[in-house]
Amino acid sequence: MPEPVILFQNFSFQYHAQAEPSLVDINLAIYPGEKVLIAGPSGSGKSTLANCLNGLIPFNYKGEITGTCKVAGVETKEQSVFELSKIVGTVLQDTDGQFVGLTAGEDIAFSLENNCVSQDEMFPLVLHAANKTGLGDAFLKASPFDLSGGQKQRVSMAGIIVEPVQILLFDEPLASLDPATGKHAIDLIDNLKDETNTTVIIIEHRIEDVLYRNVDRIIVMGEGQILADMSPETLLCSDLLQETGLREPLYISAIKYAGIQLDASHRPERIDTLTLTDSDRAAIKHWYQEYAISPRKEPAKELLRVEGLHFSYNEGKSVIEDVGFAITSGEMTAIVGTNGAGKSTLAKLICGFETPDSGRVLLKDKDITTESIANRAKYIGYVMQNPNQMICKPLIFDEVAFGLRNQGVSEAEVEKRVYATLEICGLYQFRKWPVSALSYGQKKRVTIASVLVMEPEIIILDEPTAGQDYRHYTEIMEFLRELQGRGVTILLITHDMHLMLEYAPRALVFSAGQLLADMSSAALLCNPELSAKSSLKETSLFYLATQCGINDPAAFTTRFINYEGRA
Amino acid sequence: MSKNKTQLSYVDKNTPIHRLSGATKLLMVLLISFAAMITFDTRLLIFIVLLSCVMFAIARVPWRSMKLIIVFIGVVMLINILITYFFAPEEGVRIYGTRTVYVHFFGRYYLTREQLFYQANQTLKYIAILPLALIFFVTTEPSEFAASLNSIGVNYKIAYSVTLALRYIPAVQREYQEISQAQQARGVDLSRNVKLTTRIKGVLTILFPLIITSIDKIERIANAMELRSFGKNKNRTWYKRKSFNPMDYVVIIFSALLIGAAIALFFVNEGRFYNPFI
Repeated sequence: MPEPVILFQNFSFQYHAQAEPSLVDINLAIYPGEKVLIAGPSGSGKSTLANCLNGLIPFNYKGEITGTCKVAGVETKEQSVFELSKIVGTVLQDTDGQFVGLTAGEDIAFSLENNCVSQDEMFPLVLHAANKTGLGDAFLKASPFDLSGGQKQRVSMAGIIVEPVQILLFDEPLASLDPATGKHAIDLIDNLKDETNTTVIIIEHRIEDVLYRNVDRIIVMGEGQILADMSPETLLCSDLLQETGLREPLYISAIKYAGIQLDASHRPERIDTLTLTDSDRAAIKHWYQEYAISPRKEPAKELLRVEGLHFSYNEGKSVIEDVGFAITSGEMTAIVGTNGAGKSTLAKLICGFETPDSGRVLLKDKDITTESIANRAKYIGYVMQNPNQMICKPLIFDEVAFGLRNQGVSEAEVEKRVYATLEICGLYQFRKWPVSALSYGQKKRVTIASVLVMEPEIIILDEPTAGQDYRHYTEIMEFLRELQGRGVTILLITHDMHLMLEYAPRALVFSAGQLLADMSSAALLCNPELSAKSSLKETSLFYLATQCGINDPAAFTTRFINYEGRA
Repeated sequence: MSKNKTQLSYVDKNTPIHRLSGATKLLMVLLISFAAMITFDTRLLIFIVLLSCVMFAIARVPWRSMKLIIVFIGVVMLINILITYFFAPEEGVRIYGTRTVYVHFFGRYYLTREQLFYQANQTLKYIAILPLALIFFVTTEPSEFAASLNSIGVNYKIAYSVTLALRYIPAVQREYQEISQAQQARGVDLSRNVKLTTRIKGVLTILFPLIITSIDKIERIANAMELRSFGKNKNRTWYKRKSFNPMDYVVIIFSALLIGAAIALFFVNEGRFYNPFI
């Protein structure tokens, strides 16, 4: 057996600022050439573990360490961030946030510059790294604003592999990518691993997406401890993921719902290795046919209508081209498409942040195209992606009251409405708290509350679950569903397919400024051609249904969603 | 977003000035500015102005894009001239030792030949220096700024902050815009219809979240940079640094010679001022 390249022995860590240790008695060995996925919900300690490997702990984040953490045979605490970065290359979560150069070439060269490599050596190394990650030399002069999310990811990776490292550490590589780009990223990680013969560690909670390519081992973390350290097939056959609050691959859940006992012979680790027996297929088919799908209630009145909308920032390239659709009252609809497809711009046009070149926006048959932002805000609420972008008052009450006070509503009325809203949002007990004491998810609720308090008829949310693990994600989405139940119409801008599938029956698909499709979410994700165009990816349920000879995969997918909704 | 490009942006061309290293251009600007600042010799100043104009032409600086900046600088210069005259209307007379009155405005304000000459010299200094600085910004790739600063002895950590600012300012502007829109939807009024104090309060409700999110970002960037060895060594190399060619040395030596000329003229003129009136 070779020496492990990473070795934790009875390792614990507690941040100075925190009362509880973030890592408790970790014992873990990772061997050269392995590809390991470390999964766990937010706060499970998985990021802390990653920071112990690259030296941010204990050098930048101070705390108390007990036990051993060795990287390439040496105690990390006896090295420095710089020494460790020679061994461990870290690709951080937010590829945009770590882009430090003015151009891709400079960014890739960054660590070479800092290590005083001469220009003569630097240029070929940068080019080589750019080619290896598939960025190519054409983009070396491009600025970060001209690069897509996928290209930025390639720049980040090239900037790490430009120097020889033994371990590649990816901290939530899928967090800011759309599903299709995420799929490419996983491919790329796999190729890099094969070519550079490194050890690869991926920190991620989107297990199904990572398992698209082979992984040797999965380590499941929860509350600072290692809950499981096993092969993907063993893990997927167990119920451990659900117990930890992680999302099981959808096809695995479906198979389990059908009452099939999974074992290693099913090769459950990937949808393309999955092997089902005839009786399994029959069981799944039976489960599918067991319940008829309740026909969708015909929705009530039309609320919002967009007609022939055109918009461009400069003279020239249009960002929105001839877009028209109608939203009925009480619907939850997803707006999907790649970055730059026009999703956010559409939201801005609806809210009145931008004025369309032509076309109309109608609310309850009333033309509001020329109404001011403030006026529209009475019917249309807008929630930004990051709650920190909206919160401007130190106290929760004031934050939620902000919009009403701006409208000049009397203080007695403000109090009444804020309390009522806080009640709905489950924040009433925090009404006197400072916002800073809340978790990210709770802050998100505060921002939704601060919009809801204005009693809009429709709320537009930009990426409501970005960066959230399954548990928090479910919390936010269930809350939105509750609001929907109260009659609020909801528009979600997202590229999270699970969100769309599970919560939004209808999807508006955008591509290059045009409305490509307006259809049911389940049908969209069972249509490989359309989902590729919108940079989504087909759901694994589609493949499962096909494998079982079910001729309407979309209906199968809907059945699955309904079943989960009941559970 | 090309709409947000500032007037003072780099224009990619292949001229002898563009081919110079950024460090050379920075040094040239500093040296010649210094020469123009210390001297009051009209002949040298005129020479430098002509030189600036020639370089402007060689660099093929697009005049039209500079219009706004030139008008702005012109206005500042005019105000400066008026203020100088207002506070020291007889400064020229004091310096040059003679007094030839052209016009009497009122009170102690006369238009004298000496004052006119003195203030003309002062104006020439601006005209000499400003085009040079513009040339530096327009012909040097922003990526090269930091390398240039580092070349002339500025610590690379400080120099790199220039690159970071250039990298993040557009992102911050965009974020300001987005936060501002969301806050307007919550009734923040930033239009001219409301009192100035209300507007300032409104802007604060945008700045508060902007600062919070920026602090988060700074921490992430700092970590990302450190994980890629920033700050490890006393020095670093630069991907974008241009190597020195013979022409670079020529330009630097020539610029240094101008300082030499300025100092030599002190002796010729027996002081800082060239006096044509005696």
